[in-house]
Amino acid sequence: MATTVIPFGPQHPVLPEPVHLDLVVEDERVLEARPSIGFVHRGLEKLAETKDFVEFTYVAERICGICSFIHAQTYCQAIESLLHVAVPPRAAYLRTIWGELSRIHSHLLWLGLMADAMGFESLFMHSWRVREKVLDLIEATTGGRVIFGSCKIGGVRRDIDAEAGASILRELEGMEADLHRITKVFLDDSSVKSRLCGVGVLTTAQARDLGCVGPTLRASGVAQDTRQEGYAAFGDIRVEPVTRTAGDSYARCAVRCEELFQSVDIIRRAFARLPGGPVEVKVTGNPSGEVIARTEQPRGEVIYHLKATGTKFLQRFRVRTPTFANLPALLSVLPGCELADVPVLILTIDPCISCTER
Amino acid sequence: MAYLEMIQLALRSAVSKPVTSRYPFGPRRVLPRSRGRVEFAKESCLYCNVCAKRCPTDALMVNRKEKQWIIDRFRCITCGACVEICPKKSLTMAADHQQPASQRGTETY
Amino acid sequence: MGAELIEVIPWETLRERVAARRGQGCRLVQISATRLGSQVELTYSFDLSGWLDHLRVVLPGPETRLPSITGIYGCAVLYENEIKDLFGVEVDGLALDFHGNFYRTRVPRPFGNVATECVFVPPRGGAAVPPTPEN
Repeated sequence: MATTVIPFGPQHPVLPEPVHLDLVVEDERVLEARPSIGFVHRGLEKLAETKDFVEFTYVAERICGICSFIHAQTYCQAIESLLHVAVPPRAAYLRTIWGELSRIHSHLLWLGLMADAMGFESLFMHSWRVREKVLDLIEATTGGRVIFGSCKIGGVRRDIDAEAGASILRELEGMEADLHRITKVFLDDSSVKSRLCGVGVLTTAQARDLGCVGPTLRASGVAQDTRQEGYAAFGDIRVEPVTRTAGDSYARCAVRCEELFQSVDIIRRAFARLPGGPVEVKVTGNPSGEVIARTEQPRGEVIYHLKATGTKFLQRFRVRTPTFANLPALLSVLPGCELADVPVLILTIDPCISCTER
Repeated sequence: MAYLEMIQLALRSAVSKPVTSRYPFGPRRVLPRSRGRVEFAKESCLYCNVCAKRCPTDALMVNRKEKQWIIDRFRCITCGACVEICPKKSLTMAADHQQPASQRGTETY
Repeated sequence: MGAELIEVIPWETLRERVAARRGQGCRLVQISATRLGSQVELTYSFDLSGWLDHLRVVLPGPETRLPSITGIYGCAVLYENEIKDLFGVEVDGLALDFHGNFYRTRVPRPFGNVATECVFVPPRGGAAVPPTPEN
């Protein structure tokens, strides 16, 4: 039987970011997928050698546009641990609140892209309509829609006062009805289910072996969530990992839908316990030592490995982003699928290629 | 039934006004704390150069001899570091965003 | 936060120690590399139900070839290709070798190759040029 090689990407309507796959197909069935990445490599790890560690917060924020706040938060947490600085509790809670708003916005973006990949354009637009409400909340409190600019070493740069907090909670209540409507379509509609169920199955053993993280791992039955480590306000706010056992694309979609409601609940609990006090501490001196910090981004666990020698430039800045860990899972579910399932499979791991390539 | 949800959403969108804004034919809605543009108040500036040193993208330049404050608007990422550090509070963050231009260049005040 | 659980092991014993971790059921979390002069220091991180610990090897010189662990953890193929592309480390036994084409960088091996130390400094500029009277 003759095989054809079809190039997928880097420009493709369903891809949010450029990635290239050479698909070896035989009559609509994919036999092999050869990846080729490097289109968005900006050399940010090398930039740490020439930009001082305080300014580097702005660079760390811009590694990715969707998971931007949690990148800045992890960087600040790592530097604060090297400088032995404890942020005030109010700053920890505010970081948690913004992190969870970031997670809601990221999951709504993903839901919209998944609907678009299946061709369900009106659902895509309604998901992004709800996402606009979250972006308005973020812009009202931080000033920017996707790049928050709020995290700094020693705390946060802005405060959310009681009135703004009350208006956030009111908006979230109004948004919850919309979220229920949209997730109901994703989980109950027969055409969506026929595209998602049984596609790209990863068993529990496979998910662990391939090093998956985040919703990709949790949808295969492994109950692991880095928020259980207790960073920021998660020491007081307990988070139960959302899991499913089926391991197919439908399970991954269901995990993300349920995490939307979990994040709304976490924000409510954080506002209920928000302590008073300052939002930053003054930080002086240069970092020295080594630290490995990890947090839970919308796509999974992100690890920051920093080494510093007492000067204002870091010796090594290394980020292992969740999509980098989920890429082997993508390369293992693609062989054997139909050509029409390729967009669904690529999006099901929630690829954030600019994070992967830094 | 999930398709009833979509039919309801579609009917509701058909009768209500559009969610999208009509920019540039209508004004862009900004929120009070949006980070749009850095504004400079010449009267209180000391030309101490702290803002230019703090800028992470080298968008600012201060010429002390000729009393000029120069900004490259397209390099500015509206992070607000200069606004926070200015000792005389000569810099403020305005909510409306910078206007598009056909060429890059610097603005001198 | 995790830096105290690093165990330094000789690079020849890397494959046995990683296979032992695999036997315990650990998940490979990341492989990170740092250049220290003419040596390259690699840190392998493993996670067992939330508990994170690390193995560290130091490659003493340019002629040392890193033993690949793709036979044990298949997902290490991406990390090892990245280290090969950025640091110029030669890896023995890679399951899928991109031969230096994984990341397309304009400067090959930006983190230095021990044979030819390559240092790339991005130009600092911007509004640093004062306006001249002709402008």
